[in-house]
Order: sequence, then C-alpha cells, then structure tokens
Amino acid sequence: MTAHETGVITTRVDEVIRWGRKNSLWPLPFGTACCAIEFMGVVSSVFDVSRFGAELVRFSPRQSDMMIVAGTINYKMGPVLRRIYEQMADPKWVISMGACASSGGFYDNYATIQGIDQIIPVDVFIPGCPPRPEAILDAVLKLQAKIDRTPTK
Amino acid sequence: MSKNEREQLRPIVDDIKGRLPGAILNEEDSFGDLVLVADRKQSHDVMKQLRAQGFDLLADIAGVDLLKVEHTERFLVVYNLYSIPRDLRVRVKVYVPEDDMNVPSVTDIWQSANWAEREAYDMFGFHFEGHPNLVRILTHRQFEGHALRKDYPVMKGQWASGVSDLMPDMERE
Repeated sequence: MTAHETGVITTRVDEVIRWGRKNSLWPLPFGTACCAIEFMGVVSSVFDVSRFGAELVRFSPRQSDMMIVAGTINYKMGPVLRRIYEQMADPKWVISMGACASSGGFYDNYATIQGIDQIIPVDVFIPGCPPRPEAILDAVLKLQAKIDRTPTK
Repeated sequence: MSKNEREQLRPIVDDIKGRLPGAILNEEDSFGDLVLVADRKQSHDVMKQLRAQGFDLLADIAGVDLLKVEHTERFLVVYNLYSIPRDLRVRVKVYVPEDDMNVPSVTDIWQSANWAEREAYDMFGFHFEGHPNLVRILTHRQFEGHALRKDYPVMKGQWASGVSDLMPDMERE
C-alpha cells in the first residue's frame, strides 16, 4: 500500500458537515402553479440541477431539506404550507420561486397571500414570472453559499 | 340569435308562459342569446320546465352585485343553460333583494348546481333553499363576508388558522 492510498485528510467536522449539506440538497417541490412546470425543466436533462447535487426530488417533507415554493399561495393554502414546512426535519431551507410566492405577484386581492415570508422563513427569493431555469440554478448556488458560511451548531 | 334558434326557442318560451302565468317577467336578447327574467318565487318551476324542454346542461351559475345601479334589486343570479340535443342556449336571470337572499336551489334538477351554488353563496351570500350542503367552496370557512360583493374591500385578505375545514374527516381522528 502506498501513502497515496492510505492518505489522511485533516479538516474540521463543521466544514465536512457543511460540505455534505450543501451538495446534497433534496428538494421538496411545493408546486401550486406554472412555476412548478418551470421547475420540472430545471430537474430534467437540459438544465439538470443534479449537477449541483439537488436532483433527488422528494414528495414527502420528511425526506427533504430544501422546500421550493413554486406558485401562488392563497389564504386557504397558507395553513397547509405552514404544516408541510413544520413536518420537514432540521436543517431545512426554503426557496420562494417566482413573483406569486415572493410577493403575491399580480394577484393583489382578497384571496392571495402577499408573500410566503409572512408564514414561513425564506432563504432565497427568485424573481420572475415564471423565472428562467438559470435563475433557479442561481438560487440553488446562492443557497449553497449561504449554507457554506453558516456554522452548523 | 339566428332565425332558426329564434324559431326553436319561441314555442318553448310560449309553453312555459302558458303553464306558469307571471313566472317570466321579461325577455331580452343579449349578445345573441335569449335571456329570461324569472320571478324569484317561481324560478324553480321555470327551471324545471326548461329542463323538461331539453336544457340538460347547467353550465354555470353566476352572481351579480348591482350595488350602484338604481331602480333595481341589489343582486342577480344568472343561470347559463345549454341543450345538448338541440344546440340551444338560454340564460335565466333572477333578481334578489338585499334583505331577503333566499333563492330556490336547483340541485334537484341539475347535479352541477351543487358546486355552482356553493360558489355563488361563497362569493355573494345567496341562500339557496334546499341545497344539501351550502357551505363555502373557494374561500376558507373562517372567511367573513362575501368577497365578490361590491362593498367588500377587494384587497382585504383573511387568515385561516388551520386546515381543519379542508379535510374534516381526517382531522377528527
């Protein structure tokens, strides 16, 4: 056995955990409108979010750590969104995708919540109606940078 | 309305007028469709007659708030009917005063009236007499007021505190 094969790397636990977290984000698509269709494009082969380790889309909040709220959230859906968010295990992050989720979009009326940050904490907002797939990839990278600079304890 | 449609609709309207004197208050031609204004007390009988005459599809029930229109009752219920075998359309309007929101339900004539009437109740507050389950369908059940009334502040949202009204059977367990 050579030294190369039995080599040892020294690092900090904190750093390894952050590295692992940011490169294995499992998305939970909370898709309520057309943004969810755009998100499908991000996951599939042309844009391929798996290049950034976030391809394993889970449809259960218990198995995922990155919630992507893609679409209009109305007041009736509000408690549902909140409950799904609470069912996710820590650590967890939220991306608010598109104008509707971030600000209500052009639905400025009695039915639509004017931004999901009124119900759940949001890490990254993506503008656009709907956003381009590149914008979603950018949001994932921004979230990775945020995870990278956040201490794990 | 084409001449052919007019010729087909004429005997139907005359037949109903003969059977139910005073039930049809007015006839209008609106955007090419026949509109019948029905008396609220007899509207259920009028609808039953139309169903018997082949209007087998209730496409929609709409509400109208005529808040700032003078010399009229405040609300209007509009039934959009279509006959699949005869390819004919007719709309039926029923005026509803603000202090008495009762309207006869047509759920016993068309199944599709069930959700349509729930929507009209949710948005305007009509009380459809005889409806099997007249509860809100679009807004949540803690919502106060009726959102499509002209005096409802259009931007006024109302928070729902829980999901219990979405799946009551599951929440009970």
